Amino acid sequence: MDIITVFIQKAIGQGIGILFGASGEIITEKSGNLNLGIPGIMYMGGIAGLMGAFFYENATDNPIPMLGVIISLLAAFLCAAFGALIYSILTITFRANQNVVGLALTTFGVGFGNFFGGSISKMAGGVGQISVSTTASLYQKQIPGLSKIPVIGPILFSYGFLTYTAVIIAIYLTFYLRKTRSGLNLRSVGENPATADAAGIGVTKYKYLATVLGGGIAGLGGLYFVMEYLGGTWTNNGFGDRGWLAIALVIFALWDPSKAIFGSFLFGAFFILYIYIPGLSRSAQELFKMVPYLVTILVLILTSLRNKRENQPPASLGEPYFREER
Amino acid sequence: MDQANAIELKNITKRFGKVIANEGVNLTLKKGEILSILGENGSGKTTLMNMLSGIYMPDEGQIFMDGKEVSIHSPKDALDLKIGMIHQHFKLIDILTAAENIILGLPGSHVLKTAQIEEEIKKIIESYGFDLNPSQKIYDMSVSQKQTVEIIKVLYRGADVLILDEPTAVLTPQETDKLFAILRNMRESGKSIIIITHKLQEVLDISDRVAVLRKGKYMGSVNTQEATVGGLTEMMVGEKITLDIKRNDPVDPQLRLKVDKLTVKNMEGIKVVNEVTFTSNSGEILGIAGIAGSGQKELLEAIAGLEKIEDGKVIYHACDGKEIILSDLSPEGIKNQGVNYSFVPEDRLGMGLVGNMDITDNMMLRSYRNGKSIFTDRKAPKKLALDIIQELGVVTPGVTTPVRRLSGGNVQKVLVGREIACNPNVLMVAYPVRGLDINSSYMIYNLLSDQKEQGCAVICVIEDLDVLIELCDRIIVLCNGKITGTLDARKTTKEEVGILMTKDTKEGE
Repeated sequence: MDIITVFIQKAIGQGIGILFGASGEIITEKSGNLNLGIPGIMYMGGIAGLMGAFFYENATDNPIPMLGVIISLLAAFLCAAFGALIYSILTITFRANQNVVGLALTTFGVGFGNFFGGSISKMAGGVGQISVSTTASLYQKQIPGLSKIPVIGPILFSYGFLTYTAVIIAIYLTFYLRKTRSGLNLRSVGENPATADAAGIGVTKYKYLATVLGGGIAGLGGLYFVMEYLGGTWTNNGFGDRGWLAIALVIFALWDPSKAIFGSFLFGAFFILYIYIPGLSRSAQELFKMVPYLVTILVLILTSLRNKRENQPPASLGEPYFREER
Repeated sequence: MDQANAIELKNITKRFGKVIANEGVNLTLKKGEILSILGENGSGKTTLMNMLSGIYMPDEGQIFMDGKEVSIHSPKDALDLKIGMIHQHFKLIDILTAAENIILGLPGSHVLKTAQIEEEIKKIIESYGFDLNPSQKIYDMSVSQKQTVEIIKVLYRGADVLILDEPTAVLTPQETDKLFAILRNMRESGKSIIIITHKLQEVLDISDRVAVLRKGKYMGSVNTQEATVGGLTEMMVGEKITLDIKRNDPVDPQLRLKVDKLTVKNMEGIKVVNEVTFTSNSGEILGIAGIAGSGQKELLEAIAGLEKIEDGKVIYHACDGKEIILSDLSPEGIKNQGVNYSFVPEDRLGMGLVGNMDITDNMMLRSYRNGKSIFTDRKAPKKLALDIIQELGVVTPGVTTPVRRLSGGNVQKVLVGREIACNPNVLMVAYPVRGLDINSSYMIYNLLSDQKEQGCAVICVIEDLDVLIELCDRIIVLCNGKITGTLDARKTTKEEVGILMTKDTKEGE
């Protein structure tokens, strides 16, 4: 395989985790909630999925890979959704400041991940000793046959099922937002909750559902990273600041999940670019890691210059809604 | 009168904290009639209607529909009971199309069938004689088109009772006539309509019956045929008031402000004010007429130094004959040059006052630079605040109430009061009576006349043409940012102004 193919493959591998996070955050933001807890929620999803698989594999002598996958998927999704539920209760029901709650949740989520990651590392016998190889092998299983085709195989078919799930979720969410009735309702909640309320839409219900489901989807990004990318192990802070990249990607994709697909590949490429450019000093490497954020700023400038109404963030983003507020 | 009752309200009471918005209101709406609701500012008209449309819940009392008691907990409940409200501030989502706004929140197939929906909407448009393109985005629409969307929205939901909160406040005379024709069509097809308006003439034109509220209480209703302007005002206010605007001839008018070929572009680079030239004299009221959005707002803001001027000059002629070119200065610079102008902007809580601050603090926005100490002087502004509350009759729990909690008319009184208090040489007001009831409106008109008599040059944008003609000395008419005519207010007619308002200068050239 030549270097370009590997680069593209790795870029996509890096991007998928971010894509899950961005898709979840887009659906959340479309309801008017700016959930800055997404980076923490992704940690929560990752560690919960890993723990689910770990305890399952340790409890039986002959673990069934499929069962391990189902357990870890459920654990990751539910734990991340629970994190988003905390956020929802605080911001929607108690109308706490969204930024503060989000940042607190990120701090909490990262700590949550590291605490339990450290705990089960100790149970497994030391740092890096966690292994859920049976479950992880199914996560990493490539499409048989197709992945062996030269060039096209590695680029398109050499990934586990979560990669394709991420793309399908993103495409479906775009369809959902643009073409379905409840998608229209959700967009209206994020644009102008008072109007949506007057139109008989359950604003609170939509906000809760969108935020909790969005959190769950973002949590799968953490699971993807732990299982498919790392192959079923944990290192503290290993997920790094990919969660913040996911939030940057939301802006880059102009709140459109299908645009986030290619955006995530591009971000993934920028993220690992420094490894593929020979002869970079350490400081130059750090500069290259800034590229995704620079691109996001550039996109922000360009979209505000074009000033197209559809490309702006949801109008009520970050604001609580209370019906009798005068 | 053997029409059945569509809605009956019995003993409705609603409180907001200590303030009683409605107290023991009884009101009936008959089937197939147009009922007007009249009332002073803060008399609880909108609150009452919001309880019918599910925005608020009554604290006490019952609502009956077709003889059965109902409880309306949410806008959805109201719609299920076929009650639809068209709010004064449109509840539309800018980035969606008309059709998307109309079907918002409705049950139906999961995947949207846009073509089919637009077809259904077109049927409604044709049957009542509306003029609308269902696939147009809201942000591309005029105010009148947005209102049409709002009305179709409730009709599409099958509403039999329509509540319109000040529907004509933003319309031209021609658009108002069109709206009234449509409302009459609806009445013919058996719909019941409640209309809240301040314009007495419109009440007499459109409604079958008028119900009057005063200070949250129901004062009774009269059949429109038996009603007169005088009688209705008396019911509303509780005393006889004269609806005359005083207008004396200008005394010793002197050139105060000269606007020369002023051009202003908006964010999209379109000329919203196009080579506008006029003069304003001391002791004279200059009126600006035009359809909403013809450049009135930008013109005034440009003169006040708040809008970037593309081309042209604004020259201030001081009392001692000195000329100051305002168009080169910032608002602070203008003040430093000793030009004493006041500006009452259209957006009261956005540009005029700070909603979260109390009345005293809002007074201080004008005076916080006064005094030598590093501490601000709160005594004088507080006294001014109390004076304004006293003199203009502002209804407020106290001077420490945040301004955003006051009703629209009271907010306007606070703002106008503050601006007049500094004895300006030039006073600019945009829509000074928007949303105000008749009593406060006339109070504001007479305040403007007082300022004129004291030698101030007054420039005002007022949408009610009857008033504009009665109040002003001269009128300039704007259409698409250009002046289409300068008129002597004493000699012109409403029709003449109306024609100039829609006269595209391109056709004239």
